[in-house]
Amino acid sequence: MSDMSKYISQVVNSIPPSGIRKFFDLVIQTEGAISLGVGEPDYVTPWHIREECFYSLEKGYTMYTSNAGLLELREEIAAYQKRKIGVEYSPANEVLVTIGVSEAVDLALRVLLEPGDEVLVPEPCFVSYAPGATLAYGKPVAVPTYDQDEYRLKPDVLESCITPRSKVLILAYPNNPTGGIMTADDLQPLVDIIKKHDLIVISDEIYCELTYQGQHVSIASFPGMRDRTLVMNGFSKAYAMTGWRIGYACGNKDLISAMNKVHQYTIMCAPIMGQKAAIEALRNGNTEMVKMVADYNNRRKIILKGFREIGLDCFEPQGAFYCFPSIKVSGLSSEDFCEQLLTEEQVAVVPGNAFGTNGEGFIRCCYAASIPNIETAIERMGNFLRRHRPA
Amino acid sequence: MELEKKVLSLLESDAKMSIKTIATILEQDEERITDILTKLEQEKVILGYNAIIDWDKLGVDGVTAMIDVKLVPEREVGFNRTAERISRFPEVRCVYLMSGTYDLSVTVQGETMKDIAWFVSHKLSTIDQVQSTVTHFVLKRYKQDNFIFEEPQQDRRLVVSP
Repeated sequence: MSDMSKYISQVVNSIPPSGIRKFFDLVIQTEGAISLGVGEPDYVTPWHIREECFYSLEKGYTMYTSNAGLLELREEIAAYQKRKIGVEYSPANEVLVTIGVSEAVDLALRVLLEPGDEVLVPEPCFVSYAPGATLAYGKPVAVPTYDQDEYRLKPDVLESCITPRSKVLILAYPNNPTGGIMTADDLQPLVDIIKKHDLIVISDEIYCELTYQGQHVSIASFPGMRDRTLVMNGFSKAYAMTGWRIGYACGNKDLISAMNKVHQYTIMCAPIMGQKAAIEALRNGNTEMVKMVADYNNRRKIILKGFREIGLDCFEPQGAFYCFPSIKVSGLSSEDFCEQLLTEEQVAVVPGNAFGTNGEGFIRCCYAASIPNIETAIERMGNFLRRHRPA
Repeated sequence: MELEKKVLSLLESDAKMSIKTIATILEQDEERITDILTKLEQEKVILGYNAIIDWDKLGVDGVTAMIDVKLVPEREVGFNRTAERISRFPEVRCVYLMSGTYDLSVTVQGETMKDIAWFVSHKLSTIDQVQSTVTHFVLKRYKQDNFIFEEPQQDRRLVVSP
């Protein structure tokens, strides 16, 4: 077999393989492992949403939609955003339905970046922002956020990372992997910096419904921020619809129409059956969503208390469905901790450094798992820590 | 009262949930939750705790019937006295007063069809106030008390994902 790797482009070669992938291979070889390593709800999509999809298929909705997505869905999205974050978007040209938020982020980066432009990426964060920036010929710049700040993005840290090439800031709150949120008071000081340095914000708000204290606030709702913010959201987390791959971006029409241009040549349109299901989710999905969020909140309290009892230091996460405890007490690196925990106690959690270098010393634990599984996992982690705590 | 309702709704979804877990979720002391449960049990707000069992999986045969019962109401007590009388039979699992063409819906469980037939002919129909009965045998259970039978419960998610 000939070696074809020399044909791979420099830019793709420059991206390191995902740290999660390596760990995934390890976990699937471990029998009977309890996994707190997933990044999705443990619910199946509510039945009425699935059923609406069957109905649309029965009716023969199997064709392309307009590039931007079904107008009916864009109208529901615009109405939802007005309710949720208090910002108005025109369904005609300010909403774009995409293949999950992942595509929306990719489109935005491709549309906004000139080669060498810098993308400010607060870390720890979801794994795709920095590679997305690189693939769009931009340069990702890690902006550290810290445990003691509950992983809020601090204005002085942000400002210290800004250069004349800075163009885009990514905000992803409620945050994966930390569970951190940004309140209105936290966002306010960022607004002036963003305007002063003429940045565009990509605000990934996919976990916004999973906010446990207070209301989710979007940076787009601050005066003068609507046009320089691309709000991205979707159905995966709030409605347990990860596999449907339906997301969207809302923003100024010039930005959205540029994104739509790339979208039409690469994707054409999001699948119609997913779009039909998404309409049903926005129209009638609230009751089940509220129940699911209440259940996540119950489990959040159990895991947090459990970690503190076994001696893992952890700030109280106010969003998403992750806890991000410090494992420094074990004296192990994140990767060693996770590998040994898996081999010795059959519990899978994700090393914090998979989400950025300053995630080192932490682990991501997803509490979208059953209560008995969470309780067993905590017990096993307690056993593990008793053996691995340096005297 | 609000706290009691929260305890009850957690137990309704999982009667095996430990006091420690309930206390953690509701951010209360365990003693407080124990007191609330004792009180609710004493006041018969919580009548008991049952397991929902799929006996078919163990090959245990059994027969369940739902019986529509028409009654003659009695002066002053209406249907209550007869309904309570029917409820006392141990083979009777549920008794509901219904709107519509009949009065009581009675669920009966037995080991064989003969058991049910004997109960209807000897015990139920012979009650003075019982005018008529229509017996429906359960052929298959699909869902009971929020649990779907035969539903694959395994977690199909990838074990690790970003």
